[in-house]
Amino acid sequence: MAAELRFAKTHEWIRPDADGLATVGISAYAVEALTDLVFMQLPEVGRRVKAGESIGEIESVKAVSDFYAPVSGEVVAVNAALPDALETLGHDPYGAGWIVKLRPDDPADMAGLLTQPAYDALVKSGQH
Amino acid sequence: MDDLLETPLAGWHASHGGRMVDFAGWRMPVQYASIVDEHLATRRAAGMFDVSHMGRLEVGGRDAMPWLESLLTRRVEDIRPGQVRYTLVTTDEGPDGWTVLDDALVSRDADAGDGTPRFGLVVNASNKPRVMRWLERRLPPAGVALVDRTASTAMIAVQGPRAVEIVAGLCPASAAATVSGLGTYRCTTATVAGRPATVSRTGYTGEDGVELVVAADEAVATWDAILSAGTSLGLVPCGLGARDTLRLEAGMPLYGHELVETSDPFALGLGFAVTLDTPAHGSRAFPGATALRTRRDRSTGRVRVGLVVAGRRAAREGAAVARPGDPSATVGIVTSGSFCPSLGSAAAQALVDRDVAAAGTPLEVLVRDAALPAVVTPLPFVRRGSRP
Repeated sequence: MAAELRFAKTHEWIRPDADGLATVGISAYAVEALTDLVFMQLPEVGRRVKAGESIGEIESVKAVSDFYAPVSGEVVAVNAALPDALETLGHDPYGAGWIVKLRPDDPADMAGLLTQPAYDALVKSGQH
Repeated sequence: MDDLLETPLAGWHASHGGRMVDFAGWRMPVQYASIVDEHLATRRAAGMFDVSHMGRLEVGGRDAMPWLESLLTRRVEDIRPGQVRYTLVTTDEGPDGWTVLDDALVSRDADAGDGTPRFGLVVNASNKPRVMRWLERRLPPAGVALVDRTASTAMIAVQGPRAVEIVAGLCPASAAATVSGLGTYRCTTATVAGRPATVSRTGYTGEDGVELVVAADEAVATWDAILSAGTSLGLVPCGLGARDTLRLEAGMPLYGHELVETSDPFALGLGFAVTLDTPAHGSRAFPGATALRTRRDRSTGRVRVGLVVAGRRAAREGAAVARPGDPSATVGIVTSGSFCPSLGSAAAQALVDRDVAAAGTPLEVLVRDAALPAVVTPLPFVRRGSRP
């Protein structure tokens, strides 16, 4: 069974992996809204992050946007190939376009994030 | 965005995927799909831009010519019908003895039926209210008529190597020849897609092209006709995002960024737009001319340069410029910067100290946690007719 995606209001997704880690990326909506991506700054592996803390930036032609840790934990891996292939975010935002893997301090924190239907409703309402 | 002004094309933009933003008080499309794609289409074929937010002022009456001559930094008395010039609008206020209110295009249209000259001024949307106030304060009791035509007209820029061909193809044969043969910084009137238009061989992209002014209620039909005729040749509608990256690469200043009230035009490379002396009449006397003459002879401050920035990460407006390895000693500031699609890297315009302004000088731009390597590069970054 595919693990369920959860979303932060700031447009990151997180998915628990089988090994106790969690994979994090940004939503297809966010990629579409940003468009024209030109640069991405990844966090360092080993960094301790708090939920809501900026852990990197994504830059489009028009603007620089932060992306945030959806839950607290430790960065255990980053998708090092991604900054040189930002188009991957458009093609496969929930797969090959993953950004970091975290070891959540408390996996239960993920349950406090938005479900896919709740996130979709948020985007649709324009309250983002 | 409820109180924003709208151009006659706002509905078209919104219904064709335009991402509408507040630009200088106007609801304008920043892009339709991709800024990069729109930018590259303009360089390769053609882009069409709604620039109806720009202020369009008409100056007529028997004293229109001497009045404008007394107010603009470019000469007006020797402009012939059908000529366009880039000028600054200055006042004699401010700590240095001048203030740059705006940069503008002044054009001389065909004379009125009674032989009086008629002029047009295109000013920045953000500056139009204060330019109007400044001009109205200086109107003589009679002899000059100043009319704001912004709301009653629309302005469409068609830019790129195929632009003139596309627009000329919508004109009757004689007008098509006139439009095709129109020189750079020349204007004429022509029937375009069956509607009367003013056609200027001007633009803000660095490419060949024209800017059309049509009646507001003809704007959508004209836009649709150009799109229909141009799509098969590669023309795409473009938003203001691509307009900004195109003008950045073309080395053109943007008011509010490179050019501000206190700017020294000579340090910005805009000395060509400040005519202080004329062969026949000696010194000119537009507002601020005396102080600007003094500055021309002793222009000492930071100068405008181009910076090609290593990588794709933008050096944006406000970022400090430093000598390599010496981030504490700031030698300049970025005035505009972006990833530049035709360069494939980031680039910027910046104001820097004169001792680091020579082409080839290595510098660094400080962004957040990084120092981006940059090299002083002559403007424009991209020359007309290059086909990236």
